[in-house]
Amino acid sequence: MKPRSKRLILLGSAVALLVGAVALVLTAFQQNLVFFHTPTEVAAGKAPVERVFRIGGLVEEGSIARNDDGYTVRFAITDTAQVIPVTYRGSLPSMFQEGKGAVVQGKLTSDGLFVATEVLAKHDENYMPVEAQYALDKAHQANQTVQY
Amino acid sequence: MKAKFLVPLAIFLALAGFLGYGLTLNPSVVPSPLVGKPAPAFQLAKLDAPQETFGVDDMRGQVWLLNVWASWCVSCRQEHPYLVEMAGTGGIPVIGLNYKDERQAAIGWLRAQGDPYLATVTDEDGRVGIEYGVYGTPETFLIDKDGVIRYKHIGPINRDTVQKVLMPMIAELSRAG
Amino acid sequence: MIAELGHFALILALVLSLVQGLVPMIGANRNRIALMAVGRPAAQGQLVFLVISFACLTYAFITSDFSVRLAAANSHSQTPLIYKITGVWGNHEGSLLLWALSLSLWTVAVTVFSRDLPEAFMARVLGVLGWISAGFISFTLFTSNPFERLLPAVAEGRDLNPLLQDPGMIIHPPLLYMGYVGFSVAFAFAIAALLTGRLDAAWARWSRPWTTVAWVFLTAGIAVGSGWAYYELGWGGWWFWDPVENASFMPWLLGTALMHSLAVTEKRGAFRSWTILLAIGAFSLSLLGTFLVRSGVITSVHAFAVDPARGLYILALLVLVIGISLVLFAWRAPKLAGGGSFDLVSRDSSLLANNVLLAVVTGAVLLGTLYPLFLDALNLGKISVGPPYFEATFVPLMVPVVLLMVVAPFMRWKKDDLPKTLRKLGPAFGASIIVGFLVAFVIDHVTWRTVLGLFLAAWVLIGSAQLLWSRLAERPGAAASNRLRGIPSAWWGMWLAHVGVGIFVIGVTMIGSLESHTDVRMRDGQTATIGKYTFVFQGVREVQASNYIAAQAKLQVFKGDRLLTTMTPEKRNYVASAMPMTQVSLHIGPLRDLYVSLGDQLDSETWLVNLHIKPFISWIWAGCILMALGGIFAASDKRYRRLAERSAPAAAARQAS
Repeated sequence: MKPRSKRLILLGSAVALLVGAVALVLTAFQQNLVFFHTPTEVAAGKAPVERVFRIGGLVEEGSIARNDDGYTVRFAITDTAQVIPVTYRGSLPSMFQEGKGAVVQGKLTSDGLFVATEVLAKHDENYMPVEAQYALDKAHQANQTVQY
Repeated sequence: MKAKFLVPLAIFLALAGFLGYGLTLNPSVVPSPLVGKPAPAFQLAKLDAPQETFGVDDMRGQVWLLNVWASWCVSCRQEHPYLVEMAGTGGIPVIGLNYKDERQAAIGWLRAQGDPYLATVTDEDGRVGIEYGVYGTPETFLIDKDGVIRYKHIGPINRDTVQKVLMPMIAELSRAG
Repeated sequence: MIAELGHFALILALVLSLVQGLVPMIGANRNRIALMAVGRPAAQGQLVFLVISFACLTYAFITSDFSVRLAAANSHSQTPLIYKITGVWGNHEGSLLLWALSLSLWTVAVTVFSRDLPEAFMARVLGVLGWISAGFISFTLFTSNPFERLLPAVAEGRDLNPLLQDPGMIIHPPLLYMGYVGFSVAFAFAIAALLTGRLDAAWARWSRPWTTVAWVFLTAGIAVGSGWAYYELGWGGWWFWDPVENASFMPWLLGTALMHSLAVTEKRGAFRSWTILLAIGAFSLSLLGTFLVRSGVITSVHAFAVDPARGLYILALLVLVIGISLVLFAWRAPKLAGGGSFDLVSRDSSLLANNVLLAVVTGAVLLGTLYPLFLDALNLGKISVGPPYFEATFVPLMVPVVLLMVVAPFMRWKKDDLPKTLRKLGPAFGASIIVGFLVAFVIDHVTWRTVLGLFLAAWVLIGSAQLLWSRLAERPGAAASNRLRGIPSAWWGMWLAHVGVGIFVIGVTMIGSLESHTDVRMRDGQTATIGKYTFVFQGVREVQASNYIAAQAKLQVFKGDRLLTTMTPEKRNYVASAMPMTQVSLHIGPLRDLYVSLGDQLDSETWLVNLHIKPFISWIWAGCILMALGGIFAASDKRYRRLAERSAPAAAARQAS
């Protein structure tokens, strides 16, 4: 084979690979990015229905309750401004506590209940889930503008 | 120099640029014009004894913390254990400024959460808060023996703030003069 | 006093690292042997001081000297001794010191084992390592001093994070760091090659064993970390595509590519600039990994805000190291390019294809890891990129890698015949497809993922068996034992590591297909059945250890009527940090693990219990062990030692001819 056509084939396959990889990455991004919304945004109807996203905030004090079956947990997550009711089936992380930060991932039903498939609590007592902190800060800023 | 050998460098510079830009966005460090200035004076009614008043002058000669809080503020609940701990073990007096709150709610809240405060004063209309440039609750001010604000923390304090920022400064200020 | 001694030793180490960075470099430029010779003693002295420094910090932890801030924050007088020691590196400051220490170990190892490198080349290698060391030690000293005092001292420490109080965490960070830092040697060799303009087969031969050993450490470190996550986090997952994990996985991927690229550079003198670029890339990703994890930027860009000085220092160091080396690359690499030409069908080209694929996979992982950070940095909103993204990109890109992995060793260098290769491997390919479908039917789980995974595993294993067979058939007539012995250690290394990949793929496929899990409410005497196993709950009792109190459940496990084992999962509460922790109970077997963790207490006697069966999970670790073992074999090949015995310039001359 001539060096020239060999070069062309090499270059061609490299470009094809790169295009393929980029396409793969982009579609994977499109389908699998999990967006994050604060309880305030969810309450304002800015969150999608029937698509997976995350909410972060504090677990509302006194809101944790288990259904009679023992597996399903109900609680509410708040950014101090708005409260979103959540249900989750399964075991909660050991760090999950009322009044502490948590992030939940799942879908919102049309009647405003958030059905979580994943509950992420903070890993140690110093570390607040970033997203939970972010939600609080947002609400905090919102409060400010109202106050002054 | 062939152009293709510059490609990795270009990609890297773009990445570094992003990271650097990320660093400049720094939301929690809001320089306060109050740091280094005398703490604005106030005389406010005490939470548990409204007929008595308490003010900055009562703390003169001590290093102390002024913590702005409210019972409606959830972040305050989060930082509260650290205040209790500091007041208990750190030997640092903490004064509470109960901000835009209702007296009964505040008293109940302290009963439930524990009361780390040497004294709590009420700032029902938030006027003192404005003088202190309070953005929102919680905020914590470190004030030295001469009544000068040495540090201001916005948002809930945590273990790191206590250990890496507050305790060293308190130790230093206590030694001085 | 001891802490001050450690601090002082660290300062001396910094001085020596600067000497090591500066003097040999000047010597190499001016061709002055005396100056070049300074590198070795400087590196060795630096190791002595770093060991002293590290020992002093360890002493503060062991004696519970809570006037040292770091000890107060990460240890406790009642912590078991072993976790007092691991507490030394279970934090930012201490782990930086560990980093510096392992870099120094690597540097001294280079001075000892590569004694026969040309003087000027060695001087430059040591110089580069000296600068990296200076960067790290100064970062430690100026922004993250581990010896900082806490005055007045506190009476009791806050204890090491309970998650880190685990045997896995004793060896995970040192292994991982040895791996990360090990790539600095390959990096230093690459930079020295760019500086001297010397990049030939001898160069590749010098850097190969170093790269391989670093890769072995990294492989072992990642495997141990994954094992730790598996049983310590209590979710039963073994890989989460968590940014912290990705940070160690990216240098591994690029390091794998580098090892193979170095092979081509050694044998054929080709891919030179590509090899250099991979060496720079692998080390850059190691640096990025260390910093991303340690600085907290991975959880949030704004975590830097806690200590902007640290963030700026890190960024400056990264930009300097990577920036300078890439500028050097752009400047010098064009002159070094060249090397043997090869045909489209050859071992060279299939290795190149795998290299490029691995680099692309690394890019995809990097993108998924950093993209949320970019958006966050630009205040464009918060998103998270979860496992589905990584699986969707990783799997399709790795399939051709695994396919080619089997083909490449069958091909000749430079040029091979495509139809011949296809004929040779056709039967193995067909058999693998049949095995894939057959096993999937047998385990009654026919999904495309399962079939694909089993097919790939069969392909690797059957292909490897065939490779061994044809290798043995090369010397007909010789006794079998002689034929086995005639195979060089490097070949065995390659073979073992490839078999390891096959075993690993089996583990991943089986656990993905057959894993079963259930949450049940249990009270005294109640039973639950999952798969072939019956669990009998026998109540919860309180147990006490030196630094925690735990509720310990007891479950008898029956297989049929036979009592298999008794499992005791715990819910612990660590006293000092008031942190709750789940301690799972494991019953490890070759074909499955039983995995039990204790969930919430529902009422005074009822508990939520999570029961898992994890089929073939041990195969994942076994695959990693085989890969690491393969690396050890490859690095211990005789020819690297032969080279050391001969004078290097002579060997180089021979290579060049």
